[in-house]
Amino acid sequence: MIIFQNVTKIYKMDDHETVAVEDINLHIHQKEFVSMVGKSGAGKSTLIKLLTGEEKPTKGKVSFGSYNVNKLKPNELPFLRRKMGVIFQDFRLLPNKNAYENVAFALEVAGRTQQEIMEFVPQALEMVGLKDKMRNFPRELSGGEKQRVAIARAMINHPDVIIADEPTGNLDPVNTWEILKLLLKINELGTTVILTTHNKDIVNSINKRVISVEDGRVIRDEEEGKYILV
Amino acid sequence: MLTTLSRVIKYGLVGFWRNGWLSTATIAIVFLVLVGFGGLIMFNSLANIVLTDIQDKIDISVYFKTEAPEDRMLEVQRSLESLPEVKSVEYISRDKALETFREQHKDDETVSQALEAIDVNPLAASLNIKARELKDYEAIAGYLEKDTFREITDKVSYTQNVGVIDRLKKIKSTVEQGGLLLIVFISLIAALIIFNTIRLAIYSNREELSVMRLVGASNFFIRGPYMVQGVVYGLIGSIMSAVVVTLGVLYSSPYVKIFVPDVNGWAYYLSNLFGFVAMQVIFGVGLGVVSSYIAVRKYLRI
Ligand SMILES: Nc1ncnc2c1ncn2[C@@H]1O[C@H](COP(=O)(O)OP(=O)(O)O)[C@@H](O)[C@H]1O
Ligand SMILES: [Mg+2]
Repeated sequence: MIIFQNVTKIYKMDDHETVAVEDINLHIHQKEFVSMVGKSGAGKSTLIKLLTGEEKPTKGKVSFGSYNVNKLKPNELPFLRRKMGVIFQDFRLLPNKNAYENVAFALEVAGRTQQEIMEFVPQALEMVGLKDKMRNFPRELSGGEKQRVAIARAMINHPDVIIADEPTGNLDPVNTWEILKLLLKINELGTTVILTTHNKDIVNSINKRVISVEDGRVIRDEEEGKYILV
Repeated sequence: MLTTLSRVIKYGLVGFWRNGWLSTATIAIVFLVLVGFGGLIMFNSLANIVLTDIQDKIDISVYFKTEAPEDRMLEVQRSLESLPEVKSVEYISRDKALETFREQHKDDETVSQALEAIDVNPLAASLNIKARELKDYEAIAGYLEKDTFREITDKVSYTQNVGVIDRLKKIKSTVEQGGLLLIVFISLIAALIIFNTIRLAIYSNREELSVMRLVGASNFFIRGPYMVQGVVYGLIGSIMSAVVVTLGVLYSSPYVKIFVPDVNGWAYYLSNLFGFVAMQVIFGVGLGVVSSYIAVRKYLRI
């Protein structure tokens, strides 16, 4: 479903260049749960951004389903993004909207009706265990709660894939496990999940595919893999 | 589509309200620009009315010799009326001239006594000619120089007006050119200022814009609310400006009347009110919408 073909990304700055990822070949199938691990600066976020179309590859091709991601024009990107749910370390909720409105926003941009919104949003918030904090603004929620709102928002459009870039990076162990359990549950219900992390414990405990990235290259790719430190 | 449109409008209004300070500042700028713009247009049209009014008062008078027979004089009138340059020719007989003169000096004892004393009508009959265009007076004056006319005419009063006509021509074209230039200049400055203000508003929201893009908001969904805000800026600014300009015309028209008694600025303004307000609104809203449209562009690429 997701294919990286000979993908290289070089960030060009005024005085120098950074090779973030180099000659990446990956194939991620439907309903897979993939962990992407590696040190900070290895190139994990760059791979994610290439998939969401935030960055364009310097070389190679990224495709998602029938979309050729690096060929999409800015006005075509929104349609790709409605098929993806994205989750970040820093949550990226809209600060002026409460939990309900943040989740509803993803439905609004997709042009769903008010009735659908009133029906689906409470369901999604209930699934992440936040039904009673619907009216809270992000500043009135803990880190774990914010991330659960972000997960509800990511799922609400029934995306083909959930992309989580270090979703537990700012969370304590208890919340980390809560988030991980949610992601596993989403995956069980049939959605592909791509998770980047450098948390060894969670990767080693779930027995799913692990892709290890180092210095912009894939150095290991194993079904039921482990996080092996080099 | 309709739900999206109503959401875009809703978010535009919410954003307008939330950016209270910036909204106020932008409206103030739109308002100032439009007042300047409106004032200039008012000045320009007023100058034009005054000029037309003065132009209307310019004419050529031909005074006949006192012994000239009336049918010859009417013949001259007819031949003048047949000229394409001539707008109107009015014949003022000796009796009529005397009557007008009496009327004008009825409070003046010495004048009426003098008229009683001489007992004959000392005034000449005349033709009062108005041309269609300022430039036609020269041609008409030339026409009157013909020998057949010279036999019965005494003098042509055109020469005394030549200076006035020339000056008038110059003032008119200066006002028109200068006004146009100033309007273009003000519009440019206005567009720049509003563009910058809206860009500032968008800059302070740039994180939100990138989140919106990531959850799949279309360009229209992101740009729309800012354009709605631009419309609101333009609407409020132009309505305020229309009110101020209206008050300005209302209070200044008595002073204009002192200088040019025949011009009623207020009445003229009222008869053009709709067009003027429409122009202000279109200009203000257009300015707001175009500025917003361009300002958001940069944030739609990711
Ligand atoms: N926008 C950018 N401009 C320039 N260099 C960047 C940019 N984003 C990332 N990089 C560089 O690319 C490399 C990979 O970064 P990243 O993909 O964020 O790694 P990770 O997510 O694994 O920590 C790093 O060396 C980083 O400094
Ligand atoms: Mg990263």
